[in-house]
Amino acid sequence: MRCRVCGGQACVDVKRSNTAFCADCYQQYFQRQVARAIKKHDMLGTDDRPVIAVSGGKDSLTLWQVLLDMGYRADGLHLNLGIGEYSVNSQEKAAAFAESRGVKLITIGVAEEYGYGIPQVAKRTARSACSACGLIKRYLLNKVALERGFNVLVTGHNLDDEAAALLGNLLRWQSGYLLRQSPVLPSTHPKLLRRVKPLFRLTEREIAAYGLLRGVDWLVDECPLAAGAATLRYKEVLNQLEADSPGTKHHFYFGFLEKGSSFAAASPPVELRECARCGQPTTTEVCAFCRLWEQVKRDKALPVT
Amino acid sequence: MKVYIRQKKSTVDVEGSCSVLELLRRLGYSQETVLVLRNGGLVTPDVRLSEEDEVEIIPVISGG
Repeated sequence: MRCRVCGGQACVDVKRSNTAFCADCYQQYFQRQVARAIKKHDMLGTDDRPVIAVSGGKDSLTLWQVLLDMGYRADGLHLNLGIGEYSVNSQEKAAAFAESRGVKLITIGVAEEYGYGIPQVAKRTARSACSACGLIKRYLLNKVALERGFNVLVTGHNLDDEAAALLGNLLRWQSGYLLRQSPVLPSTHPKLLRRVKPLFRLTEREIAAYGLLRGVDWLVDECPLAAGAATLRYKEVLNQLEADSPGTKHHFYFGFLEKGSSFAAASPPVELRECARCGQPTTTEVCAFCRLWEQVKRDKALPVT
Repeated sequence: MKVYIRQKKSTVDVEGSCSVLELLRRLGYSQETVLVLRNGGLVTPDVRLSEEDEVEIIPVISGG
């Protein structure tokens, strides 16, 4: 295959666009996609102080890399989730990236701060590990970033993530989640950071290709608690459809963004107030995070492993 | 040729010469879910692989 731009030997194919690029032209194409996402959705302004949620995986580290390549200055925020060797390795990858690029990484240990890691939290509550993990991450990323003076939380969500989440939300008609599915989640409370997803136009494969070309060293291992997770099944189904009909994921998600906005506009806005215990924004008197930890710590005699 | 699967940290032997696309079909991978390196460089699905090539398959799907 030849590069669409310069005609040289291609090394990355983008099947949904029926095209291919050489290494240099692919990096320019990728950065244009990110720039387009940022500009169209007004994600990052010159006065903003963004922080990137960094897991140590390919999406967050490649996001950090491309933003640095495009001249953005952003620190990273890593949560050590206490999932044994997986979390140790994740933190090492995040720290190594920050050190090699000369950028700042803030690290918070969930078990160190709250006494238990995700596996113990999952065992002590009725939630699945992924559900508890998602709740803890959303809460802590916002809280820590706010306390450190950032005003925008940047995440590595990609087209596959968004299409899989959309499929899951539609299968269960979870209208509340559908309303919040957007490349930008605005700040609707003084203590709630704006959340932006600059990679939402790009697939996991395209992100990994950019990361490889830019020498990003990410953790390849999957979270041991995510085996059998619904998101992975949805991604598998969508990728089967994509193989037969390239562009399916793009049309599915972008069609929703275009046509689903009328659905969102018809719904009343969610009223946020401050949690009676921790003061963080919530829709209930006591937030889900505080309720989760109350449940975790209710019976201290329970085994922690 | 020796094909290293990064996520599984395992190597498989594949007989003969074939294209990247054919290799993925033989090993049961969807093109959309992996990247392929030949001798350390990314390659497109049409590229012909030879017995001497060092090939690596990198699965790219993640999430939970």
